[in-house]
Amino acid sequence: MKRRLSIFLGCLLVVANIGAYASPEDDRKALLKHYKQILPNVKQADYVLGALALNPDAKEQYDSIMMFPPFVNDVDVGRELWEKPFKNGKTFTSCFRNGGKNVAGSYPYFDNGVGKVITFENALNACLRHNDEAELKYGSNELGLLSAYAKSLSDGMKVNIKVEGKDALAAYENGKDYYYSRRGQLNFSCAICHVDNAGKFTRSEQLSPMIGQAAHWPEFRAGTELVTLQGRFRQCQKNVRAAPLEYNSEEYNNLEYFMTYMSKGLPMQTPVFRK
Amino acid sequence: MKNKSSILTVLAVVLAASAGPVMAADDGKGKELSGRDIAFDNKKGNCLSCHAVPNDPKAVAAGNIAPPFIMMKERYPDRAKLRAQIWDSTQANPKTAMPPFGKHRILSEQEIDLVVDFVQSL
Ligand code: HEC
Ligand code: HEC
Repeated sequence: MKRRLSIFLGCLLVVANIGAYASPEDDRKALLKHYKQILPNVKQADYVLGALALNPDAKEQYDSIMMFPPFVNDVDVGRELWEKPFKNGKTFTSCFRNGGKNVAGSYPYFDNGVGKVITFENALNACLRHNDEAELKYGSNELGLLSAYAKSLSDGMKVNIKVEGKDALAAYENGKDYYYSRRGQLNFSCAICHVDNAGKFTRSEQLSPMIGQAAHWPEFRAGTELVTLQGRFRQCQKNVRAAPLEYNSEEYNNLEYFMTYMSKGLPMQTPVFRK
Repeated sequence: MKNKSSILTVLAVVLAASAGPVMAADDGKGKELSGRDIAFDNKKGNCLSCHAVPNDPKAVAAGNIAPPFIMMKERYPDRAKLRAQIWDSTQANPKTAMPPFGKHRILSEQEIDLVVDFVQSL
């Protein structure tokens, strides 16, 4: 009897927990439902196009630019970095499965060994470190270009993020909190613009939905100006007079983890043009 | 060097004393900003980023996050209520997108008064 009771209580506890914390998958489904409601004409696969999916003229222009991308030379610089042998003769391909093809969609992941989120940029730097090479600076053009080429090897791969275990979930929740919290003089959260008001215009800028946003980095704005995902976080925060965080800060990495999970299942598009 | 800075101080004092309540930030001539200027300027109220002003031909490229400013006098006969909405919009709606212009000192109290007059005139 006593045993039965404790099993019963245990079950109650589990149920209560589920009630309190929606799983990442619940979050993603709820968000998909929300976007279906406010953007009924946008196909889910097109979320990776961001604001372009909402504006046929801009999309047409984008398509013609992407036929001869103005950033091919920049990506070539990244390719040289990727292919250049280390002092020990190895290259980046030695650090990644499949020579680096179709791997980037599994980043960021949570590494239980170090207890942290590992971004794709972290993995590139870890490769340098393990081969006794100097790491590249986060936010630098060099690391950005290297990642642009390396991620192009995963173009089309479906985003495949896992949140497994208590610590991974905590990192995910931390990123989610950041996304939904208001901050700065203007009192915005990311969600106010990209969840509540997706599809609406602030001045002449149409707001893209958050699902899909993390699946197409880096971007080349205005043709050749490289912007990484975390660089874009910083721009949005500066625009709304909030203090931007450092590249590769734990909060930004957790934010990237959360946002990339929300793009799960969508095909990566890397790199891309944005105006 | 010392001379220069004291001239600047004098100038600043003179400007501050002679100019009206509000001066354009980048405009050394100390031109007064109207309520409309403050509402439109993207470094000030930037109301246009969310609210359209349908009856003002100068209100171009406005956003559509928020209701347009029309018939405001009829809809907000109580000036205090209108001012409160602009001073801290989160009071009426905790989930609002609108920044709390007074509470977070985005605009000064004088600037808010000018904006309230302007909005009520629409
Ligand atoms: C006041 C509105 C606003 C807020 C708040 C805001 N953004 Fe943005 N964001 C924009 C606009 C406008 C753009 C450019 C148009 C677009 O692509 O959505 C943009 C673009 C982006 C993009 C690039 C989309 C693409 O496809 O190129 C990302 C990623 C992004 N924002 C993330 C964030 C994050 C993360 C936060 C919070 C830390 C945030 N934004 C806060 C307005 C905002
Ligand atoms: C980032 C978006 C945003 C900005 C900028 C903004 N507002 Fe708003 N405003 C809103 C939203 C959204 C509402 C709708 C009510 C709500 O959600 O609080 C609103 C409502 C209002 C209302 C009530 C309107 C009605 O029809 O009931 C007034 C008045 C108002 N805003 C004035 C201003 C003024 C004045 C400024 C600039 C100094 C301004 N707003 C800037 C988003 C904004």
